[in-house]
Amino acid sequence: MSSNAQEHEDRPWFLAHHFDTVGQQMSSAKLGMWLFACTEVLMFSGLFLAYFILRDLYPEMVLVASEELNKTAGGVNTVVLLTSSFTMALGVRAAQTNNNKALKRNLLVTIACAFIFMIVKYFEYTTKIEHGLLPGAWFSALEHGYMLPKYSRVFYGIYFTMTGLHGVHVIVGIGVLSWIYIRARRHEFNSENYVAVENAGIYWHIVDLVWIFLFPLLYLVK
Amino acid sequence: MSDDSKKTDEKAEDSASTDVVATKTEKPVTTDGDGHAEGVAPEKSYLTASRGVMSWLVTVDHKRIGLMYLVATMFFFLVAGLLAIALRTELFTGQQDFMSAATYNKVFTLHGAIMVFLFIIPSVPAGIGNFVLPLMLGAKDVAFPKLNLLSFYVYCIAAVMLILTLVLGSLDTGWTFYTPYSKSTGTAVIMATMGAFVAGFSSILTGVNFVVTTHKMRAPGMTWNRMPLMIWALYATALIQIMATPVLAITLFLLVIERTLSVGIFDPAMGGDPALYQHFFWFYSHPAVYIMILPGFGIISELITVHSRKHIFGYRAIAISSVAIAVISFFVWGHHLFVSGQSELAGIVFSFLTFAVAVPTAIKVFSWVATLYGGSIRYTTPMWYAIVFLWTFTIGGLTGVYLGTLSVNVHLHDTYFVVAHFHYVMVGGTVVAFLGGLYHWWPKMFGRMYNETAGKISALLVFIGFNTTFLTQFFLGHQGMPRRYYAYLPEYEVMHQVSTVGAWILACGLFLVLFTLIHAIKSGERATANPWAAVSLEWRTASPPIEHNFHATPQVTGSPYDFPEIDKSGKH
Repeated sequence: MSSNAQEHEDRPWFLAHHFDTVGQQMSSAKLGMWLFACTEVLMFSGLFLAYFILRDLYPEMVLVASEELNKTAGGVNTVVLLTSSFTMALGVRAAQTNNNKALKRNLLVTIACAFIFMIVKYFEYTTKIEHGLLPGAWFSALEHGYMLPKYSRVFYGIYFTMTGLHGVHVIVGIGVLSWIYIRARRHEFNSENYVAVENAGIYWHIVDLVWIFLFPLLYLVK
Repeated sequence: MSDDSKKTDEKAEDSASTDVVATKTEKPVTTDGDGHAEGVAPEKSYLTASRGVMSWLVTVDHKRIGLMYLVATMFFFLVAGLLAIALRTELFTGQQDFMSAATYNKVFTLHGAIMVFLFIIPSVPAGIGNFVLPLMLGAKDVAFPKLNLLSFYVYCIAAVMLILTLVLGSLDTGWTFYTPYSKSTGTAVIMATMGAFVAGFSSILTGVNFVVTTHKMRAPGMTWNRMPLMIWALYATALIQIMATPVLAITLFLLVIERTLSVGIFDPAMGGDPALYQHFFWFYSHPAVYIMILPGFGIISELITVHSRKHIFGYRAIAISSVAIAVISFFVWGHHLFVSGQSELAGIVFSFLTFAVAVPTAIKVFSWVATLYGGSIRYTTPMWYAIVFLWTFTIGGLTGVYLGTLSVNVHLHDTYFVVAHFHYVMVGGTVVAFLGGLYHWWPKMFGRMYNETAGKISALLVFIGFNTTFLTQFFLGHQGMPRRYYAYLPEYEVMHQVSTVGAWILACGLFLVLFTLIHAIKSGERATANPWAAVSLEWRTASPPIEHNFHATPQVTGSPYDFPEIDKSGKH
C-alpha cells in the first residue's frame, strides 16, 4: 500500500496497491460483503429448515413448548436490535457526510444496544437453565414440574442452537463495531473512504434480520 | 463491446520490455521468441523479489499464496495417496493381511476425508487458480489479498485438525459422517467435522475473492465474452463455493451439537430424522463434487485449444455450461438418497434432474473434441493429459448416468461401481486435469521447462495405471462387491489383484510427475515468456512473472484464443 502511494502522489493513502481507483476498491469491498452476507443467510437457512421440519413433525409439541419462552424479553430484544440497526444506518450516513462526531456517537449507541441485547439474552438463558428447559440430554424440565409433551427437548435444542449461533454473531458484531469505532476515533473515515463502515453496517443488518425471523418463529408460534 | 475506446498506441514507450502488449489495435499478438529480452528490463520475479521464510509466510502476493497452496495440497495428495496404496495392498488377497477391519475403516475414512477436503477441493481453485486467475484477468492481484492469505492459514488449521484426529482415536465413519453412526461411534468425529467445517471457511474465502476479482478486476477491454474459459470455470466454482459451503458448515455444526448436547435433530430415538442429515450433507456435497470437477474443465478448455492451435469450439457454450452445471448441481442431491427412504416420486424427480447435468457436461466434451478436429495438434505433455482426460472423464461421466438411473442405482448402490465412477470423475477427471494444468503452467510459475519425454511417460503410466485400477472396479461392483469391505469372497480375488497392480502403476506415474516437476525447477531449461505461443494474458508477462504481474495494465482487444496463425478469412 505504502510504496506505491509514495510513487503516485495522487493515490489516496487508503487505496490498496492492486486497485486502480477508489471506486473500484469500494465496489469490490461492497460486492465481497454482499457475497459474505449470502453465505450467512444460507448458513442460517439450514437451521430454519431444521426448525420447519421439526415443526412439521411435531406441530403440537412446538406450540406447547414455545409457550415457555419469555415473549417480553424477546420483544424487548427485537426493539433493541431494530433501534441499533437504525443508529447503524445513521452512522453510515454520518460517515458519508464527513460527520465524524455523529459517526462515533451512533456507533457507540449501536454497540450499547448490542450489549443490552446480550444482557437480556443472559437473563433469558439463566432462567431456562434453572428450569431445566435445556437441549437433548440435559433436558430436565419435567422434574421441575413442567407438563411438556414428548420431544420438547428437541425444540429446546433448536432454540438454543439458533439463538446461540445468533448470539455468537452479535458478539462478533460488537467486536467489529468496536474496531470501526477505534478507526473512527483515528479519523480514518470520510465521504471518500467509508466502505468499512458500510460493510460493518451490512453485517449488523444481517444479524438484525436473522433475529427478525427468529423472534416470531420461536416465541410467537400460533 | 466497445473495446476500442482506449487508444493505446501512444503508450508505446515501453515496448522494449517483454510483457507489454498494450500497443496492439488489431488483435493480440504473442510475444513468442522475445522472452529472452528479459535482461533489458531486469525487474526481479515474484520468486526473488523478496527473500527469507518470513517473506513467504506473510506474503499477500496471489502467486506465492498459490504456490504455498500447491505445496500443501500436493503434500496431502501424497499422504492420502499412500493411504490408498495401503488399502489396495490390503485388498490384494481376500483375507486379512496387515490391517484389521477397524484399521481398514479408519484408513479409508482418512483417505477420503484428506483427499476431498485437503486436496481436491483446494487444489485447482486455490492452488493453480490463485496463481493464474489475476494473471489471466490482467489484474495485479486478487481483490482481497489479505483474505487470500487468511484462507491459506485457515486451510492449514483445518489440516492440523484433520491430522489431529489420528491422535484422538482416528475416524471410521467414511468421509460423509452419516448419522446415526457418526453420533454413536467412539472415534474422533468432532475433531474431524470441525476440521471440515474450518476447511469450508477457507473455501468460502477463496470463492468470495474469485467472484469479486472476476467482476471488478478485469483488464480494460476484457469483456465477459473475452475471458479465458479457465476464468469462467473458476467463477462458476466460486459461486458454488459461496452458496453450498455454508450449508455444509451448518450441517457439520449441527452434527457436533448433536454429539455434544444430544440435541436430537438427527437422532430417531429422540424424535429426530437421520435422513435429514443426508439431505443437508448432500445439498452441499453434491455441488461440492462440481467444485472439484469444474476447475478441471477450465484447465482442459485451455490445454486443448492452446495445444491444438485452434480457436476453442463453442466458446459461449462452454462458458455458459459451466454456470449451468453450477446451477443444476443444487437440484440433484436426492440421487444419493435413492435407497434412504425418500419418496418414490422424489426419487424419480431427482433421477431426471440428474440426467439434466449430463447435458451441459456433454456440451463441453463435444466442444473439446470439435476443437481438436482439424486443429494443428502438438503432442506436448499437457496435450497428452488433456487426451487422457477426454477418455477417462467421459467414462466417468457416462457411468454417472447409470447411477442416476433410479432402477439401476438400486442394484449398484454401495458397490464398487460407485467407487469406480467416483474415481473416474475425480482422479480421471480432476487429478488428470490438475496434472495437465501443472505441466501447462509450470514454465510460467518457475520459468523452467520440464523434460517432455518424462512428462509423456508419466501421462502414459497414469493412464494405464488408472484404468487398470478402476475399470476393473466397474465389473467388481456390477458383480456385487460392496464398497468399504476389507475382506471379500474368493471369486472377486483376480479382479481385486488386477486393480491393486493398477494402483501401483498409477503410483509410479504420479511419482514420476513429482520427479519431473522438481527436476524442472532444479535444472530445467529456461522457459521463455510464452513457450506455448498462447494468447491469454498470463503469457504476456515474464516467466516467472514480476511481483506486480504486469509493467503496464494490459489492454485486451480480442478473444484469448485468436492464435496468430489462425486464418481469419474462414469461419474461425
